[in-house]
Amino acid sequence: MISLHGCGKTYGSVTALHPTDLTFAAGKITALIGPSGCGKSTLLRLVIGLIPPSTGYVEVDGQRLTPANLQEMRWRMGYVIQEGGLFPHLTASDNVQLLSRFLGRENAARLTELCDLTHFPADGLSRYPVELSGGQKQRVSLMRALMLDPEVLLLDEPLGALDPMVRSTLQRELKELFQRLGKTVILVTHDMAEAGYLGDTIVMLREGKIVQQGSLEDLQQRPADPFVTEFINAQRSLVAL
Amino acid sequence: MKNIALFFILLPLSVCAKTITVGSKAFTESYVLAEIAKVLLEKAGFTMEHKQGMGNTAIVWQALTSGAIDMYPDYTGTISRELLKKKELTHDQLAVELRKLGIGITGDLGFDNRYALTMKRSMAAALGIKNISDLRNHPDLRVGITHEFQTREDGWPLILSAYGLNMSNVRGIQHTLAYVAMQKDEIDITDAYSTDSDIAKYDLVTLDDDRNVLPRYRAVFLYRLDIDPKAIIALQPLVGTIDEKRMIGLNAEADKTKNYALAASKYFDKATQEQAIAHTESSMTYILRLTGQHLIIVGISMAAAILVGVLLGIAASSGGFVGSGIMSLTGVLQTIPSLALLAILVAVPGLGVGKQTAIVALFLYGLLPIVRNTATGLQDIPTPIRESAEALGLSRLAILTKVYLPMASRTILAGIKTSAIINVGTATIAALIGAGGLGEPIISGLAVNDPGKILQGAIPAAVLALLVQFFFDLLDRAFIPRGLRLKPATE
Repeated sequence: MISLHGCGKTYGSVTALHPTDLTFAAGKITALIGPSGCGKSTLLRLVIGLIPPSTGYVEVDGQRLTPANLQEMRWRMGYVIQEGGLFPHLTASDNVQLLSRFLGRENAARLTELCDLTHFPADGLSRYPVELSGGQKQRVSLMRALMLDPEVLLLDEPLGALDPMVRSTLQRELKELFQRLGKTVILVTHDMAEAGYLGDTIVMLREGKIVQQGSLEDLQQRPADPFVTEFINAQRSLVAL
Repeated sequence: MKNIALFFILLPLSVCAKTITVGSKAFTESYVLAEIAKVLLEKAGFTMEHKQGMGNTAIVWQALTSGAIDMYPDYTGTISRELLKKKELTHDQLAVELRKLGIGITGDLGFDNRYALTMKRSMAAALGIKNISDLRNHPDLRVGITHEFQTREDGWPLILSAYGLNMSNVRGIQHTLAYVAMQKDEIDITDAYSTDSDIAKYDLVTLDDDRNVLPRYRAVFLYRLDIDPKAIIALQPLVGTIDEKRMIGLNAEADKTKNYALAASKYFDKATQEQAIAHTESSMTYILRLTGQHLIIVGISMAAAILVGVLLGIAASSGGFVGSGIMSLTGVLQTIPSLALLAILVAVPGLGVGKQTAIVALFLYGLLPIVRNTATGLQDIPTPIRESAEALGLSRLAILTKVYLPMASRTILAGIKTSAIINVGTATIAALIGAGGLGEPIISGLAVNDPGKILQGAIPAAVLALLVQFFFDLLDRAFIPRGLRLKPATE
């Protein structure tokens, strides 16, 4: 279980995230949604400790995230970003196994297992990132995040850079994968349909504050703020075109 | 250039005697006198080494006082004014002052090599110029003089004040090139030494020092007082045996044959001359030997520059105060002219004159491209990659060695390549402090205005630079990960 306690982030006079209390239920999928600059990515990066909070703190399983325990805590979380963040000088296989090798926990069986899980062709493992398609890169990135079988999976717009066809395939596969693994997942997206399709809970942010938190139905039927409806409708009207 | 051959011949005779090293400055007469001393001491049973063509008076003096060389030829005027910073001293006064510094001085070798102003005979006749005073009527004549003469208080400044000259067009130029410039009518007047054989060769006249202000420059040898007394005794026969005419002859011989050892042998009997011819090293072995020296200097300085440069680059990549400090410092090092850097380093205790100082200088020059490229390469790693590496939970060291450095490898290697190629060229300065290498024929070729001799050093140096480039292109394949060399796939 991951929770934020009065956790906020400011850069000089700019507030990226106001002090926020939020709990992510274990084994559930939470989608963070909102327009650009709403603080959803900031929130995710606070959880994995890429940026230190200006106020408050993050707790993972009752343990506070500190610079001292950060490295170990990260082994318990997998992190996937838009465009994969793969290391271009390493093959797919080396990207996936970089951390496990560093920790001396090599596991070839796990690699095969992950290929099946993410529908990644085994013969692609020897390829370098430049030789992979966008969808394949995300699969490799997902494999890298899952290699140590972490309890938590953090995804920052993982499908944001993919074309619609690949995107919808991967959305289906991700859903299936989440159900199979039963991990705590935090997913950042700006796509309402994706948030509703994948998330058990949706957290909507605006200008560094949580506007509403609940199921898709909650947000649609019982909006806490006109902005929620506005945001949902904005995406719907595009589809209506 | 016979020292290798001679070394092996004399090795059995002199196993217990310490090698005596004679130094010389970068002009013909100094080379020739040093070679004469070399032969003289070899005849007395010593193993000799000649560190030739050292940059300037300050460097060769430092070499003598630090023990890098044991003796070298110099002139009384230079010793009193430049080295002891005194007015003109008598020979006895010089001996007393030098003794305090642990240095001995031989008697007068027999000739005076004072500074002189010289110009084309035809021009002097046309303008009616006979002595220095006559220049007062021709302030527009173009003067091109050596940098040393231009700044020495017993040189150009003395002439200007003593004669009340007001020349409007004066510039500094390398001595041998001054004669070339004069032949091309680009300058009218230059400085020369009174024993300069080029004066006759180019049909020049020296202007009479009619007010007799230029100090006397009697040639002598300086030596360390702590060397084998037998070596000092062996030097004595030189005293009083070379008059001006003889010296001009020897200089002319050296300028003609471009072989200092051969010219020096003319001082001795026929047998010595034949021996000198027999022991003249072939051009090929000479160049190979110098190339070897060159590669050692380049190799060691580059290895150190790579190691330290990459580490400094890593430190500088984090930016901030330390980062910009490192960048500025390595940048400033690059702006120090090589001869100045050498002069500074030579004075550093423990460095002195020789290979080690050349290596330190080249190491310092080699840093900038490596530091800069390492820092830039690391700074250019995109944020998503940085965050992915960090979020993975690798240690800082693992992030650096497994992700950052391999990703920056192309830029880092490019910096190393630039540094190495510059290093090969710059290493020619090693000869200025007696460290050998391909700079040796370049500097001595410059001293006798012999393009052939200059090319003997310049061509191998250029070939070496190309080989270094080729070598590093191969290294690119070995060190830059394949994933970074591939072209992106078209989706």
